[in-house]
Amino acid sequence: MIWLTWRQLRTQAAVVFGGITVFAVLLAATGPRLAHRSHTGGDFLGETHGVDTALYVTGVVALLAMPFVIGMFWGAPLVARELEAGTHRLAWTQTRTRTRWLVTKLTVIGVAAMVAAGLLSLAVTWWSAPIDRAIAATGKPVAPGLLVFPRLSPEIFDARGIAPVGYAALAFVLGVTVGTIVRRTLPAMAVALTVFAVTQVVMSVAVRPHLMTPEHRTMPITATNLMRIDMGGDLTVAIDRPGAWGTAQHTVNAAGQAVHPPSWLADCPPPGPGQASQACFDRLTRLGYRQQVTYQPADRFWAFQRDETVIYLVLAVLLAGLGTWWLRHRLS
Amino acid sequence: MTAVVRAQGLGKRFRRRWALSDCTLDIPAGRTVGLVGPNGAGKTTLLSLAAGLLTPTSGTIEVCGGRPAEGPAQLAKVGFVAQDTPTYARLTVAEHLKLGARLNPGWDPRLARDRIQRLGLRPDQRTGDLSGGQRAQLALTLAIAKRPALLILDEPVASLDPLARREFLQDLSDATADRELSVVHSSHLVSDVERICDYLVVLVASRVRVAGDVNELLARHHLLTATRIDPAALPTDLHVISARHTDSETTLLVRADTLADDPAWTVRPVGLEDLVLAYMSQSVPALEVHR
Repeated sequence: MIWLTWRQLRTQAAVVFGGITVFAVLLAATGPRLAHRSHTGGDFLGETHGVDTALYVTGVVALLAMPFVIGMFWGAPLVARELEAGTHRLAWTQTRTRTRWLVTKLTVIGVAAMVAAGLLSLAVTWWSAPIDRAIAATGKPVAPGLLVFPRLSPEIFDARGIAPVGYAALAFVLGVTVGTIVRRTLPAMAVALTVFAVTQVVMSVAVRPHLMTPEHRTMPITATNLMRIDMGGDLTVAIDRPGAWGTAQHTVNAAGQAVHPPSWLADCPPPGPGQASQACFDRLTRLGYRQQVTYQPADRFWAFQRDETVIYLVLAVLLAGLGTWWLRHRLS
Repeated sequence: MTAVVRAQGLGKRFRRRWALSDCTLDIPAGRTVGLVGPNGAGKTTLLSLAAGLLTPTSGTIEVCGGRPAEGPAQLAKVGFVAQDTPTYARLTVAEHLKLGARLNPGWDPRLARDRIQRLGLRPDQRTGDLSGGQRAQLALTLAIAKRPALLILDEPVASLDPLARREFLQDLSDATADRELSVVHSSHLVSDVERICDYLVVLVASRVRVAGDVNELLARHHLLTATRIDPAALPTDLHVISARHTDSETTLLVRADTLADDPAWTVRPVGLEDLVLAYMSQSVPALEVHR
């Protein structure tokens, strides 16, 4: 059964592991130079561009895409393809119950998916470590660019550490279970893709911020920490806690009540050095406006990684149970 | 009669459609049984239930004394060649044999190898490149080399050309001849069944219309031809299965253990095809003939 599982996965596995190997070689070739440069002083982040920036972005994109690839190309066809080709009638009439058939496949391929995601994340996390450290060490508001997100921010968190292992496991099992229920490969791929994308968004927007009690802090609004004023007039300031993940913020007045910033702020000249701009911020401070921020400190990164991995692995096991039940009772 | 397949009030519903309903039948062990019926009679559903691919919605089915696909021991007893003889198109012939060997403790590697060699299948050939006939032969090899007690074939030759069809059936009867093996072979063509089967079950709309030893069935059915017979005048131990009238004469297909010699009619033996067709088109309640 393990042999058959491996034989049927061979091509898909070669593509995924081959891609990881090629990318890992590129990272291994450029990583030491990047690490060395980060120790030599100077504006490390400002001087990082070209190939290094491309590799940094590719690493994030590859890890974000990885669970989708595994769910769609390893997971969804696993049962659906057999049903479409009619080969389930061959597979399930050998001297192995279909439950055992599925459990073996889920285990072997699930472990392979987790290993693939783990290796890719290991390579990317190692390579990006100097950049992540430099971003976390930047206490001042960050200039616009690509190398600005701390590793705890939703943009980067999914592409670091051990969480990708959990993502790969859940995406794979999701693909298999959807394929078992939908019974056709292409629709199963589309459904698995959509459901997993929604899962990832819900997790980072609605669940992860609440996994640990956030910290609160009230800060003055200054020309240096104001990052933007949105269409509705609300402000966003840079949190003066390096590497922290700001989950929410709002402006409060002198009495400490949450308010909209005064409307005249919109008529102020853009923040930056300049007398007119400074006058605006002085007035804001004089009137007692401050910014209250809610954030998760940078040192909680691994605690978040651990919690999220556990959540995804538990979901994967539960979903595998549903898939197995469905295969046994609804597909007969 | 020991039964290799025993169904009691067996039914299977897909969503709202009953593919098989209230089917009761016994298939004797040690025979090569032809399961014949029109398309939609429930043959595939019945055989899928027997192979354990489906579970009954109602009633029970017992195969080789156990519930189909209940566990490895039960699965080992049944070899199944599914309709259209599915194989993995991207795997080679040799890899299919390896699959069989890995998944079946009772696997007979020599039997499998010899068959493949004799059939002229190249081991390194992907099954997606095989002809329909070759694929059917490979599927049969997988089912036989597992050394089952019961071999179930669901219309294995339905999509084959006449030559491949004849070769497959010839090979099937050779392969099963010298073995303690029960075979159930479904087809909607009587000629397929006539070639290899010694026991016949006619299934129409989930019901067994007639079942019995082929020779015995042929011996007990007769064609009577006469100029206008009055059905009421016929002996009472004689059952009319079908009647055909022309202007000048009447032809009856009848079942009777003994037939009195009567100059009023001429008696001819009946062919299996006519017999099956008569039972298929008959609208009277199911009749079963046992020996």
